[in-house]
Amino acid sequence: MGQQFDSATFGMWVFLLTEIMFFGGMFGAYTVYRSMYPEAFAATSNFMNPAFGAANTAVLIVSSLTMALAVRAAHLGHQKVLQMMLVFTMIFGAAFLVIKGFEYHEHWEQLKVPLFASHWAWDGPLAPPQYAHQAQILFIFYFFMTGFHALHMVVGLGIMTTIFVMARRGKFGPSYYTPVEVSGLYWHFVDIVWIFLFPLLYLIGHTKQLF
Amino acid sequence: MSTQPVTPVRTYVVIWAILTILTFTTFYVAQIDLGPFNVVVALVIAAIKMSLVIWFFMHVRTDNPLTKLFVFAGFFWMAILLALTLGDYFSRTWMPGGKFW
Repeated sequence: MGQQFDSATFGMWVFLLTEIMFFGGMFGAYTVYRSMYPEAFAATSNFMNPAFGAANTAVLIVSSLTMALAVRAAHLGHQKVLQMMLVFTMIFGAAFLVIKGFEYHEHWEQLKVPLFASHWAWDGPLAPPQYAHQAQILFIFYFFMTGFHALHMVVGLGIMTTIFVMARRGKFGPSYYTPVEVSGLYWHFVDIVWIFLFPLLYLIGHTKQLF
Repeated sequence: MSTQPVTPVRTYVVIWAILTILTFTTFYVAQIDLGPFNVVVALVIAAIKMSLVIWFFMHVRTDNPLTKLFVFAGFFWMAILLALTLGDYFSRTWMPGGKFW
């Protein structure tokens, strides 16, 4: 059983490394474009709200804590604690998506969604007209990176629901909790992606000088 | 039976507290203009946070050497991907923006 557990963990890490490559490609492309148009990027960051980003980082870190405690409870066979921690994890995960939704709504209202011509405008004192095109590229990066991350969160919530149902049926205990551990790895990985998205998309551009 | 030892709750809570403190640190430091070090500080803090999550929350600390090696190799591979891509772009003189180094 120990070897099965190790194999499952190892297999999950193989999957997570493909995920690292998936997000790594986007981070690489983002870095190239940001270094090509540093001033344009600094201008777009004036339309990001770091308070949303920071709140979401805090929410995700708490969800990672409850996830780690859920795995621990499963390992020890504490059924009630396991179910409670899974519910907490799902609540924090859902809270992340709700905050993200409010944020997307703000971009929609401020006409900062270049995917929709009717919801894109680049004017006002914070939007120098010479960056009109580059700003669109960088907003597309923003929406794709946060969008794929949010998609992973939705998938994570689905996984957690499954694990919760299995936990309710008493499937897990000290001798078998591999699904909880492996789902936890996925959940923490999604947290790690956000740990990098937060400073790159919200913080660095906020002060003027880049690179 | 799993070979994984049980980590005390206190360890998890301490790691969570450190992660939260680092989040607030990076948030406030970002409001100070450190010039080119803005990027460096933000990414170093993010890397520390990532390492804490991987080492403690994801239990790599107690995983077997094969998994440890594999996790390290994965990040090393991504470092190669980023280094060669950026090395190519940043060594071209025709790029807009110009001053990369």
